[in-house]
Amino acid sequence: MTSALVVDGLLALLVLGLALRVTFARTDYGSAVGFMGYGLLLALVWVRLAAVDVALTEAAVGTGLTGFLLLGAAARLAPGESFDAPGAPGFGSRILVGLLCGVVAAGLGAVVLSLPDPAPTLAPLVAENLPPTEVANPITGVLMAHRAVDTLLETVVLIPALIGIWSLASDSGWGGRPGSLPLLRSSGPLTLLAQVLPPFGILVGIHLVWVGADEPGGKFQGAAVLAAMWVLVLVAGLRRPPAVIGQRLRLLVVLGPLVFLGIGIAGIWLARAFLAYPEGWAKPLILTIEAALTLSLALVLGMILAGPPAVDRSDPKVGP
Amino acid sequence: MSLALDLFTLVAVSAGALFFLAGALGLLRFPDTLSRLHALTKADNLGLGLVVLGLLPQVSSPLGWIGLIAVWLLALLSGATVGQLLAEAVRPPDWSRQATRSPEEGPPRD
Amino acid sequence: MSEFLLSAAVFVLATVALGLFRVLRGPRDADRMLAAQLLGTGGVAALLLFGVATAQSGVTDLAVLLALLAAFASVAFVTGAARDSGDPNEPSRDEVRGAGDDAA
Repeated sequence: MTSALVVDGLLALLVLGLALRVTFARTDYGSAVGFMGYGLLLALVWVRLAAVDVALTEAAVGTGLTGFLLLGAAARLAPGESFDAPGAPGFGSRILVGLLCGVVAAGLGAVVLSLPDPAPTLAPLVAENLPPTEVANPITGVLMAHRAVDTLLETVVLIPALIGIWSLASDSGWGGRPGSLPLLRSSGPLTLLAQVLPPFGILVGIHLVWVGADEPGGKFQGAAVLAAMWVLVLVAGLRRPPAVIGQRLRLLVVLGPLVFLGIGIAGIWLARAFLAYPEGWAKPLILTIEAALTLSLALVLGMILAGPPAVDRSDPKVGP
Repeated sequence: MSLALDLFTLVAVSAGALFFLAGALGLLRFPDTLSRLHALTKADNLGLGLVVLGLLPQVSSPLGWIGLIAVWLLALLSGATVGQLLAEAVRPPDWSRQATRSPEEGPPRD
Repeated sequence: MSEFLLSAAVFVLATVALGLFRVLRGPRDADRMLAAQLLGTGGVAALLLFGVATAQSGVTDLAVLLALLAAFASVAFVTGAARDSGDPNEPSRDEVRGAGDDAA
């Protein structure tokens, strides 16, 4: 039994055990914490499956940002509310759901194990058509050139999501600053962390976007890191979240998708198809789109984490 | 030369793994949250540092070295600050004034 | 050498598993907050070990990302627990913040 097999087996057992632990946790907080740990371990699993780009996205978006939202949701419930509330699913329906999940997992496993060897794949086709896109990372090539329409829709859909979250505001809170971020009373270590970590985090985020052209990385992962750093600064109370009625915020949020759309429409004249890039211009255009999108995505993700606008409680100890 | 480097990797990574074991044992055996936090942050950080040190000879490009050292420095920085943050959360500085929550009820004996 | 590095990764993952079991079981939320720190060091060490063993590209970037996010997750855990102490008699978050603002 080789070490690689033992590593994979141990990882699989650990992930399964943690998933069971999360399912049977007794408090919402416990399950949110377990879920974030599960996400970090899942990133390791993706690395073992040689999908480092997916691992980056899993760690950044699936764990970091979603976990933050889950913790916020857990904090809004009264203790035990999700378990004891009258509408909560009973024991029988939980068993049924568990069985159905097991059946789906077993079915997926059977399908994967019964694939012919070599499994049918589009990878050779992608590799053949990669050189004209001038990027060396096949995932970036597919996302930004071959299937750019999907990426455009993915980024555009975040804006209605943000609007949906903003619409949860009360009438008196509309247009104000998001007020759902937790604020500890002034804490020395938190302030230090929020002052020292973000510069480094910003470098890492920009690095991930830049290096995504040829190595694992990309704009979603970089934007998620930037958003996490921004939320860290907000949570520490060093800055206040911008008011949602601000024109500059709204302009920057739509800037990325507009640039993407604009280049796509220009492609109709310059390269004979929507979202086609002219010869030799592929890489500069892709980098421009990614730069604009990173800024917008970071703002959108950060504002999603900050929550709906609320009545402004002016806090004298927090800066402008 | 490469034999000496491999030997260095062997020794450093084994020492790092040993420190991880020590940290896990501390987590399991120490009686209360603060001492468990202490075991976790000190021993695991040192283990990570030794593992990174051991991996340096195995990576050939200077950019790889910078990456590894960046990981270690980042873990060091965040571990130190987060350790203080967690300790504050377990025993807040003004804990004596909080009537409803008393972390000094005594360690849970499990 | 790569066999050795992979075995070291197994060992470190096993210690992380032991630690996770203890940390998530902890009767109070304060114990569970340690999970991010545990994975941020142990998980990153295991990742680096099997990344270098299999010579995959981009693993160092992922390790930096994991370390950053572990710090972020710890902050989220601490602020999340401060909001939800589980004690129905304790004033809710909004009231606590209101009191804090008056006192500031």
